[in-house]
Amino acid sequence: MKIQEKANTVAEEFAVFDDWLDKYNHIIELGKDLPAYNEKLKAPQYLISGCQSQVWIHASFENGLVHFEGDSDALITKGIAAILIRVMSGSTPDEILDNDMSFIDGIGLREHLSPTRSNGLNGMIKQMKLYAMAFKAKEQIKK
Amino acid sequence: MEAIRAEFPILSRTVNNKPLIYFDNAASTQKPLSVIEAIDHYYRFQNSNVHRGVHQLANEATIAYEGVRDQVQNFINARSRSEIIFTRGTTESMNLLAHSFGALLHDGDNIILTMMEHHSNIVPWQLLARNKKINIKVANIHKNGELDIDHLISLMDEKTKLVSVTHVSNVLGTINPVKEIIYEAHKRDIPVAIDGAQAIAHIPVNVQALDCDFYVFSGHKMYAPMGIGILYGKEKWLEQMPPYQGGGEMIKNVSFDGTTFNELPYKFEAGTPNVGDAIGLGKAIEFLQGFSFTEIIEHEVAMTKKITDILKDTGDVTFYGTSENKVGVVSFLMNNIHPYDAGTFLDKMGIAIRTGTHCAEPLMKHLGIMGTMRASFSIYNTEEELDTFAVAIQTIKSIFE
Repeated sequence: MKIQEKANTVAEEFAVFDDWLDKYNHIIELGKDLPAYNEKLKAPQYLISGCQSQVWIHASFENGLVHFEGDSDALITKGIAAILIRVMSGSTPDEILDNDMSFIDGIGLREHLSPTRSNGLNGMIKQMKLYAMAFKAKEQIKK
Repeated sequence: MEAIRAEFPILSRTVNNKPLIYFDNAASTQKPLSVIEAIDHYYRFQNSNVHRGVHQLANEATIAYEGVRDQVQNFINARSRSEIIFTRGTTESMNLLAHSFGALLHDGDNIILTMMEHHSNIVPWQLLARNKKINIKVANIHKNGELDIDHLISLMDEKTKLVSVTHVSNVLGTINPVKEIIYEAHKRDIPVAIDGAQAIAHIPVNVQALDCDFYVFSGHKMYAPMGIGILYGKEKWLEQMPPYQGGGEMIKNVSFDGTTFNELPYKFEAGTPNVGDAIGLGKAIEFLQGFSFTEIIEHEVAMTKKITDILKDTGDVTFYGTSENKVGVVSFLMNNIHPYDAGTFLDKMGIAIRTGTHCAEPLMKHLGIMGTMRASFSIYNTEEELDTFAVAIQTIKSIFE
């Protein structure tokens, strides 16, 4: 499935909730469903800097597709990481680099994109794109 | 209370469809109508550059601007108006001090800070220490968030050229015994700078009674606009210190052979000053002087007690800064709930508190935590707001547990 299709599915899920409390509860639930993150990958090089909470994102590259995993000590942030991972994981580097991330609006998470230091969403997206860029470069060198 | 709240237009707005409850006053207070209108009035009727013009507007602006200097002098009881320097705020005041007082220091000298300083009273000195071999010593704090005075005094030696300490901690709320620190330092001929950012709107400040050598604060934490602040310095120090920035009102004569500097306080006020916001500061002082510090303190003590009781009732709350002697700043953590999560949910319910490190990372490291939740009160906060806060906290607890 393409990034946009996966994002649409997530947005549809969120559309069910009228109440902000339900919406946030769903974000938190998504975070809880994330596969356990390898404690060894909670190293400084995987830490997204500039957030109030600690967020780690790690990526691997297999058969031309990028796979993400992540974790956070704050539940809302972890839920946001889960959404990003769900949408972006299993995509090619180009798909990740070309996506304008407008699906964030569809989910109603735009407030987390404000240019403050307190949230991790910007940092996470930037880090994921950097991974994609690095994997793409690696691939090109191989060719 | 109704009348006080009516002075602050912003308090009638909603946040996320809930009435705004603003508990982030240690970060910045809201502005009363008198301050907002004074700025509006200045730009509508008086705006012009101060000091140099011969025309009517320049005269009026200069009189208004210099009048605020007199107000500040009176407000903190400085000996002379030339000891009052306008800056952009606490951070600029500290940078000015580190630059210009720092110019008087020599390799091998040391200065003393404390573990509870915020970054504005740490980083300027670190910048100084990059250019000179200045040793920065740090005084410890006790478990209850009070300063370890004995340790601080033990750090003083013949190479100590300054003690720079906060009057009130922005995280712990502790009111430091600065008078005692100044007394001990002066016995050893060491000058003392006080960071008054968190004190100025909460406890009376009398720089002559304190006998501090420097006192700095921001306008925006005392109901004045952002972008205006004060450096108070004893004349004997300000005279010795070289200028901070060059240009504008700070010069007497300029030629390419050399420049002579203006007298105090203008020597430290380069460029076109922030006249409009200074006038706002004057109005903020008038507003504050409409209250007695006794009633301000009583109100903050009552608010602090009530929020402490509310949080204790929820169980599993850790407080940071439990000194008896503190202002209305309450830092806490709800066990197993990340401050970012709790802060986000409080915001959803219209309640603004601060979460994170509060620009005091060394203190956080010392406490062994990533950050705290911080509620800080002002004269317009009410016990009814705390009742709403109590319900919100229960909601958050039920979500995360």
